[in-house]
Amino acid sequence: MSLPNPADLIAQMATALTARLQARGIDTPRFIGIRTGGVWVAQALLEQLGQATELGTLDVSFYRDDFSQNGLHPQVRPSSLPFEIEGQHLVLIDDVLMSGRTVRAALNELFDYGRPASVTLVSLLDLDAAELPIRPDVVGATLSLAPDERVKLLGPTPLTLERQAIGAAASLQESTR
Amino acid sequence: MTPTDPKRPLQLNDQGQLRHFLSLDGLPRELLTEILDTADSFLEVGARAVKKVPLLRGKTVCNVFFENSTRTRTTFELAAQRLSADVITLNVSTSSTSKGETLFDTLRNLEAMAADMFVVRHADSGAAHYIAEHVSPEVAVINGGDGRHAHPTQGMLDMLTIRRHKGGFENLSVAIVGDILHSRVARSNMIALKTLGCRDIRVIGPKTLLPVGVEQYGVTVYTDLAKGLKDVDVVIMLRLQRERMQGGLLPSEGEFYRLFGLTTQRLALAKPDAIVMHPGPINRGVEIESAVADGAQSVILNQVTYGIAVRMAVLSMAMSGQAAQRQIEQESFQ
Repeated sequence: MSLPNPADLIAQMATALTARLQARGIDTPRFIGIRTGGVWVAQALLEQLGQATELGTLDVSFYRDDFSQNGLHPQVRPSSLPFEIEGQHLVLIDDVLMSGRTVRAALNELFDYGRPASVTLVSLLDLDAAELPIRPDVVGATLSLAPDERVKLLGPTPLTLERQAIGAAASLQESTR
Repeated sequence: MTPTDPKRPLQLNDQGQLRHFLSLDGLPRELLTEILDTADSFLEVGARAVKKVPLLRGKTVCNVFFENSTRTRTTFELAAQRLSADVITLNVSTSSTSKGETLFDTLRNLEAMAADMFVVRHADSGAAHYIAEHVSPEVAVINGGDGRHAHPTQGMLDMLTIRRHKGGFENLSVAIVGDILHSRVARSNMIALKTLGCRDIRVIGPKTLLPVGVEQYGVTVYTDLAKGLKDVDVVIMLRLQRERMQGGLLPSEGEFYRLFGLTTQRLALAKPDAIVMHPGPINRGVEIESAVADGAQSVILNQVTYGIAVRMAVLSMAMSGQAAQRQIEQESFQ
């Protein structure tokens, strides 16, 4: 099975997102990408939408639920949200949705900034392996992988998807970061 | 049974990550940079409406202060609270008790409270190291200042201050001024600056307050303040530590101020955009003029803010390194 081209997915996601936001009467959404791949997807999506709006970035390292097993990510960077969260409609963007734990961490972090009016979840890929009740509202493609397979987004330009075989449990955790 | 290398530095785990934080001596540049980068991220947390992250939820941090401190103790408390840890602070008097006995008894009591981390300040050099050697292996020990030896979190918050205001270290001239002899801050700063690539480190003070052989830290010694301050980018003033002085090291505080006090006129010898730092508490009119301490070039209060972020970084990195070490030991055991 060959992997889809991210550029095609993003064009289709832009259409689906616009329709969804319109249907809900949201005219000034705030866009937030989850570092690192989610930020790349968000940038490509904003470009596709023709929006010059400021992009927020989240680094969820301080909110992960695996700190006591995996420790702190050594390349943690500050989150940057150059707008209010309180009362805003947010579009939260990630690259690959797998267990749902990253999104859980991102939601927790967002609520430390304020109470958003709504959060729409956008993901380039959904690997259909949720361990939490978290599903994307807008998704580029849903893939089912073999248990020892992972997909990684390479970027930022061009965006490409790469299939990776994994061996040990340790690298499994690493690839979901 | 454990893969622990006996020659591995006490404060690092088998992967070279921090597990205690005792001294900056021997820590590689990459690790110091990682502390500064992590602290930068925590600085952002301190600017939020909710200044708290859940990283150390369920962990207990115990501050054990055998020596008085306000700034270090409160910023360590705040740092641990902002990481969602539970925090207790014990102020233990050192008077008339011998080191080994007190430390050991206190240690046992603290272990009984199931603390995950000790932050220790002690008037004797080597106290934090001693505790790290004798504590249960899963407990992380952070040095909050030991005697004249080291004050590594102060050293790192000074480095964060310099990096945030000057962008880096390599092309800077940094002067450390005053009571070098009694200052663990000076020692930690000299080591950190050297490790981070600063090429012009100057120590300035009267001969009686300069330790013998201070040149071994890769610094240039000046006994004339005017000469030493010429064109520097950073001035780190130290507190005159009267309480540690025995005998006639100084004629008087007035004499010290006349020769080594940082006044507006003397600061003018440094670069126009030079920053002035001080670990606190400041003695106005003893080592620094009020106009300088409160002036536009002073970053003394910024240092306090950065101190919280640096302590959050060190607490979380040491806890993380301890967790990783347990993982390594478990896997090699299986």
